[in-house]
Amino acid sequence: MSDAQTQIPVTVLTGYLGAGKTTLLNRILSENHGKRYAVIVNEFGEIGIDNDLIVESDEEIYEMNNGCVCCTVRGDLIRVVEGLMRRPGRFDAIVVETTGLADPVPVAQTFFMDDDVRTKTKLDAVVALVDAKHLPLRLKDSKEAEDQIAFADVVVLNKTDLVTPEELEKVEETIRAINPAAKIHRTQRSGVPLGEVLDRGAFDLSRALENDPHFLEAHDHDHDHECGPDCDHDHHHHHDGHDHHHHHASDIHDVTVKSVSLRGGEMDPKKFFPWIEKVTQMDGPNILRLKGIIALKGDEDRYVLQGVHMILEGDHQRAWKDGEKHESRLVFIGRDLDAERLRKSFEACQA
Amino acid sequence: MPTVAPLDLEGHCVAAVFLNDVPHFALADGAIHGLDNGQKTVQANDGLLAAFHDAANDRLITGGEDGKVFAAKPGGEVAELASAGRKWITSVAAGPQGAIAYASGKTAFVRFADGKIKEFAHPRSVEGLAFSPKGMRFGVARYNGATLHFPAAEGKPVELEWAGAHTGITFSPDGAFLITTMQENALHGWKLADGKHMRMSGYPGKVKSLSWSVKGKWLASSGAPAAIVWPFASKDGPMGKAPLELGTRGNTMVTCVACHPSQDVVAIGYEDGMVIAARFADAKEVLLRRPGKGAITSMMWDKEERRIVFGSAAGDCGVIDITA
Repeated sequence: MSDAQTQIPVTVLTGYLGAGKTTLLNRILSENHGKRYAVIVNEFGEIGIDNDLIVESDEEIYEMNNGCVCCTVRGDLIRVVEGLMRRPGRFDAIVVETTGLADPVPVAQTFFMDDDVRTKTKLDAVVALVDAKHLPLRLKDSKEAEDQIAFADVVVLNKTDLVTPEELEKVEETIRAINPAAKIHRTQRSGVPLGEVLDRGAFDLSRALENDPHFLEAHDHDHDHECGPDCDHDHHHHHDGHDHHHHHASDIHDVTVKSVSLRGGEMDPKKFFPWIEKVTQMDGPNILRLKGIIALKGDEDRYVLQGVHMILEGDHQRAWKDGEKHESRLVFIGRDLDAERLRKSFEACQA
Repeated sequence: MPTVAPLDLEGHCVAAVFLNDVPHFALADGAIHGLDNGQKTVQANDGLLAAFHDAANDRLITGGEDGKVFAAKPGGEVAELASAGRKWITSVAAGPQGAIAYASGKTAFVRFADGKIKEFAHPRSVEGLAFSPKGMRFGVARYNGATLHFPAAEGKPVELEWAGAHTGITFSPDGAFLITTMQENALHGWKLADGKHMRMSGYPGKVKSLSWSVKGKWLASSGAPAAIVWPFASKDGPMGKAPLELGTRGNTMVTCVACHPSQDVVAIGYEDGMVIAARFADAKEVLLRRPGKGAITSMMWDKEERRIVFGSAAGDCGVIDITA
């Protein structure tokens, strides 16, 4: 019964107070896009729209009683989603707005760790709104701003009209350093096309990474963000001049998250799976997100992986295309990751 | 042979109860359908989330998305008892002397029979509510334990601590034990006389339905492929004892349990809509209803111990007559 039920997609909206979340929410609720959204907010606050499907909910972070410190869920979301899903005909999708200081991890993990929620809904994407002018300050005074960016699938770099082109470059470079895998949209007044933030399928393994040009491109830093229609800046390129495989956090002030991008040939499944299990067990608390496309020796399909802390999901995605290079790529975003150890042990799994 | 009188309704049935011996079905959209010589429908909440059968007053207490609490009586009479603003009412309970309790966010409210309302603020969300069968006392399930309040008196609440998220709560009929359901697949219990802990774990799924047998000798629970029935007859409850496993099935889960009013028998509802009755003494089973469209969400026996009213998540509800 429950298996046959279609899973309702859930978009998580993060971002500091004043970054433009409410503006974006109002657009989602009022624009004529033919879909109905249930919206879970922390406070009714400034949403100027009267709608039965706006639910106010107190953020409740529940640590699971299994000895794992990173296994946290949002208890209030479990309850609200259960209530909403008893009358599923009312809406097509759910948007969860988090508070400015919210940790996005428990929100995301709720959709993987709670069986009831998982049966009825699926996490679509985590969208972070960033205020172009105030991000440097936010990064200085909080860990949350950085976590929100590090955890996002889509970053809406908002209020670009309030900064100079040079400042904007710098801010985008900072975002890219924290999270090389996210898609960045430069906007004013949260004017991103809604199709770029809703129905992204970022956690859907069959779609994962397909709409992720940064991840698929051959060189991590030699490319630019995706441009929205209101984006008129000149394209630019970072030239690092050398081909190192990880971004170091240290070169940008106030950034403690780093990413480790690994690349290799075909993997021996007997070595790779025990390795990735071990890495997520051991380094899980430090890993915010991981994404990967793995070429397994003797397997005609691409194997896709994604993870949040110690939660790891993987599946065969599709057959390798003719002429497509059978290579394995894996990105970790987190703190205190030992890039050299990860790289060496990853490479040792090659067939 | 038991017979089933089906009633196909639209939507998730939150509560299936007898009011004045008439079957009533409260659905998630807030409509309450009564089956008394034909179907009568009344509207209570705009979106029903929680319902509690107030046996002493023969009424159904409901709380919903509209932030309101209603009492539905037999014959289609619906009265608004309280309103708590725009937030959802997520839990309701009925207590002695016509008192009711309801929860909205981090606040528990008690409304006395005279209409006076008392608020109990908590640092974390109020997840579940239950009145003690003795005295004016109620319990709140919360993160990391439970809190006991004495709403008729001033004074400090009693805090019972146990790490983890507690989502539902019930007192044993003699008031000796307090049991909570947890976000983890487990129950937790306290012996109230000495605060001793009882861990009841090993469930493959979350426990969402609990039912005390006659005189509270057993506690039946959902959350497994069988009804898990814990022995509570001795003074230390189920500590050190194994539960009964009744009505075990290989391919589905128990979603609802309802103990017989006077015998050691439990009605067991499954995820696929099947309903059976099982006897504690010899685990003998009787099929009461074949699988249907949705998981069984609610069941109740009538006073004559002859009929069981049931509701499902898909709206295929009905009444089982076990003597026919």
